[in-house]
Amino acid sequence: MAEIDRDKLLDIYTRTMKVNRTDEKFRELLMQGKVAVMYYCVRGQELVSAAAMAALEDDDYVVCTYRGQGEQTAKGIPIQKWWGECLGKATGTCKGKGGTMHITDPDTGIMVTTGVVGSGLPIANGLAMASQNNGDGRVTLVSFGDGAANIGGFHEAMNMAQLYKLPVIFLCQNNRYGEHTAYADHTDSPNIAARAEGYGMKGVTVDGNDVNQIYPAMADAVEHARSGKGPVLVEAMCYRMMGHFFGSDFSYMPEEHLAEMQAEDPLPKLRNVMLERQFTEEELDKIVADIDAEIEGAVQHALDAPLPDTDEIYKDVLEETA
Amino acid sequence: MAEITMTQALNLAIDEAMAEDDGVFCLGEDVSAKQGGGVFKVTAGLTEKYGENRIRATPISETAIIGAAVGAALAGQRPIAEIMLMNFVGVCMDQIVNHAAKLRFMSGGQTPCPIVIRTTTGVGVGFGGQHSDMLEAWFAHVAGMHVVTPSNAADARGLMRSAIDANDPVIFIENILCYGLTSEDPGPGYRVPLGKAAVPKEGSDISLITYGRTVLDALEVAGDLEKEGISVEVVDLRTIAPYDEETVLASVNKTGRALTLHEAVRPFGTGAEIAANIQEKCWDNLKGPVRRIGGTFSAVPFATHLEQAWIPTKDEIVGQIKASVGKA
Repeated sequence: MAEIDRDKLLDIYTRTMKVNRTDEKFRELLMQGKVAVMYYCVRGQELVSAAAMAALEDDDYVVCTYRGQGEQTAKGIPIQKWWGECLGKATGTCKGKGGTMHITDPDTGIMVTTGVVGSGLPIANGLAMASQNNGDGRVTLVSFGDGAANIGGFHEAMNMAQLYKLPVIFLCQNNRYGEHTAYADHTDSPNIAARAEGYGMKGVTVDGNDVNQIYPAMADAVEHARSGKGPVLVEAMCYRMMGHFFGSDFSYMPEEHLAEMQAEDPLPKLRNVMLERQFTEEELDKIVADIDAEIEGAVQHALDAPLPDTDEIYKDVLEETA
Repeated sequence: MAEITMTQALNLAIDEAMAEDDGVFCLGEDVSAKQGGGVFKVTAGLTEKYGENRIRATPISETAIIGAAVGAALAGQRPIAEIMLMNFVGVCMDQIVNHAAKLRFMSGGQTPCPIVIRTTTGVGVGFGGQHSDMLEAWFAHVAGMHVVTPSNAADARGLMRSAIDANDPVIFIENILCYGLTSEDPGPGYRVPLGKAAVPKEGSDISLITYGRTVLDALEVAGDLEKEGISVEVVDLRTIAPYDEETVLASVNKTGRALTLHEAVRPFGTGAEIAANIQEKCWDNLKGPVRRIGGTFSAVPFATHLEQAWIPTKDEIVGQIKASVGKA
């Protein structure tokens, strides 16, 4: 397998740390009681999101879930607007009407963030169908978890995507849990990607904690979809290192699982790869410091931002009420 | 002008919208030429003109059909998705209610969802409990969408054009028993605005508020009662939600009496909402309670005589009107 180009590697690292620092900051604010909102932690899954977004073009479409912070920030959503939305402010991407589970920013291709497990896949097909109809060359990537693979819409969407050879990438972030239920307690088959074969689709399972596996797999999938060969199911094995949502009990996660995921933590592994590729500690630290400074400013902006006007509840219901 | 059936009217409206805008496309089960152009032939002849990408025959996958329509709409296209029979919306309610209807609002206006969901249904054809229900109240109860049903071919042509023009989701209900109805063709480009009721018969004693196939019953009853000296005004909502409150209230303020009529079951039906609104807003002009007629509160039965007993009858309409005007 060809080595990842150095610029691309730096790009992936930067995106990964953006996701991670955003996640850390969010948890800090929640712990301090400065904000009190639903937040679905992405600790442990940063690299998967970053590598996937780094494999896309800026104008490609993304559909994600309530645990979509990784895709959103790694795709390049303006972070002041992102924090504004998460804090329910008028300056948010959705004027505070969507919230953490419904971030939308079409300018950066974040078309839908759904709060319903598995509902993104059929919608991703539609975005890809539009690209197929009008020949704009875009691909659509939809991210979801292993739990979503057991929703009926997954089956319907996979079959339809392959039938029409839609330019869509199904990214299953297999984080070993569907809500509070461990993978082995919701699915008996050893992996999700094998299901692709049943639809006549290309499917791969890769280590989502290793940049040298996940990025090439994503790049291949994007190339496959964009060249008209049809959809791909990429299953990225990773760990959800926190509970289902911030503050939720995760005592159900067994000790040995916690130890295993600590050992597989993608961040130290990525840092080692960076150092092996002759990036210096200072360079890497500087990237993180810059990200932290940017986040700090965005958070303050969001904290200071005005609340949405209460008459917003009547607006954007139908075009007539826009 | 030539006469057209409702089927032709819908076909013409879709055809001209597709000719004018490359972003308009149809998808659904059996819709393309290979399958005969739809079970009720509404999309017949369109595959030959626009190709299989724009008349997409789909697998039997209602969630994937509506999801695809939603996604394509977000990307700027104007999909017309067909759910073959209205009861099958049960399969894809998440896509309709949680996504299509709410994405405009939840995105702060960034992602409107201009889709038309065509669906057919109707009591009186012996299809039984899972192929006959009028479920308009389910959608009327959800903010963010229009619910439309034509009662004649000309309105079908005009409402379909307006539905395709609309920048929000539209549930477009076609009654199976109405496909063969004929009207004088209103011609190309004809539009009936959404949210605007019609008053196909004026009257002074009672307002009979209805939509879809039961408009035919209403008009027949109104004609019969005219001979007995009872003057019935028939209001055809055409758009069930959000409905034309102005026309409804003006009619009731004039007549002082109201009866709502729909094929859907009576409890929690659209008639209940309309009746409540009339009583709040026309109280001083009302001469009696607002009455409601709807289907029987059970599953639609199969046997013909049971089905006919289930559905609101003309005798029932006459009885309710006479009771209301005091001539029972």
